[in-house]
Amino acid sequence: MIALLIRDLRLAIRTGGGFGLGLAFFLIIAVLVPFGVGPDSAILGRIAPGILWVGALLSCLLSLDRIFALDFEDGSLDLLATAPIPLEGLVGVKAISHWLTTGLPLTLAAPVLGLLLSLPEEAYLWLIASLLIGTPALSFIGAFGASLTVGIKRGGLLLSLLVLPLYVPTLIFGAETIRRGAEGLSTTTPLIMLGAITLGTLAVLPFAAAAAIRVNLR
Amino acid sequence: MELQVLALDVARGGVPILEGVSFTLAAGHVLVLRGPNGIGKTTLLRTIAGLQPAVSGTVSLDPEAVAYAAHADGLKATLTVRENLVFWAQVYGMSDIGPALEAFALQPLIDRPAQNLSAGQKRRLGLARLLVTGRPLWVLDEPTVSLDSSAVAMFAAAVRAHCAAGGSALIATHIDFGLDSEMLDLAPFKATAPAQDGFDEAFL
Repeated sequence: MIALLIRDLRLAIRTGGGFGLGLAFFLIIAVLVPFGVGPDSAILGRIAPGILWVGALLSCLLSLDRIFALDFEDGSLDLLATAPIPLEGLVGVKAISHWLTTGLPLTLAAPVLGLLLSLPEEAYLWLIASLLIGTPALSFIGAFGASLTVGIKRGGLLLSLLVLPLYVPTLIFGAETIRRGAEGLSTTTPLIMLGAITLGTLAVLPFAAAAAIRVNLR
Repeated sequence: MELQVLALDVARGGVPILEGVSFTLAAGHVLVLRGPNGIGKTTLLRTIAGLQPAVSGTVSLDPEAVAYAAHADGLKATLTVRENLVFWAQVYGMSDIGPALEAFALQPLIDRPAQNLSAGQKRRLGLARLLVTGRPLWVLDEPTVSLDSSAVAMFAAAVRAHCAAGGSALIATHIDFGLDSEMLDLAPFKATAPAQDGFDEAFL
């Protein structure tokens, strides 16, 4: 399984792997919003938590269909399914490598982009904390969506439609954490909810995704 | 390690295509599957490899004993020959890729990215993967596509060595590559009965 993780990370950083794609997209969204809304830092500061979370969500979405589709096309998925790795473990590793190449870089880049959006000072800690806790859920939900659409040609659009509604709870509690942090309120409740969603997806979705892949490979 | 297939019915897309397939493949032997296009060779092999469930009947061997190789080689274009092969060796808990490289003369290509290989070289790399699986039963679907005659000879030698070591191979192919093999024609097993419960299944 470590071998699989190393292979996926290596594929992601080689040509056409898609590493940096999500990050660049995130950057562009954060740069475009001030152009659209205007330079009023009071307004920008108020909408910044929402913008950053929506941006992170969409950037995550961008690379989701690669999780299984590429392996399906070149036949690796068949071979991996017959290999001694349990499919549930395969899904877990794939989701983790997606997070390492998308969610983690987004989290690290977010404070810089928060600066562009005049995010209030007190909010930075909560921005990083909420993204760190929330983005793994995005990758695991995404891996589940990708497993449902794995046999479908050009399944990317369908994947977005399936996955975006499932991202809503993470978005709500993620943005709420930052907003409360910015206003100096207690952030415990939304952070706990965010963590609970992430842990829930970690526990359940690899099994659901593995079942979906088994059906799709028939 | 004996493979026993008993009264196996297989279906593709809900339509039964083969019925009552029965055969035995003893250790050290090769069984070649023959039959016209579309008869269900690939479906039968995928069922034995555990990729899809059988409609009925039994396969005696656990899918864990099977190394499957299909039309697609499962190579990653941006990884080198060595990286591709080492990955599969690690997945199967093996460490030495030397014999596999040697058997298919891949040593000179070892640092070449898979995307720069020719079709025949890719196939050779795909077949070399079988040697790093360490599994007793090879289930191969058209393994000699795009191989030249010397590569076919390499493949035949690899299968012979595998059988000599107590393994066995089940191969769907149209060409004869001079192996001492038994033959099974699938045409008599063609399914005749119409889909029985496909209608209900479509609704539920």
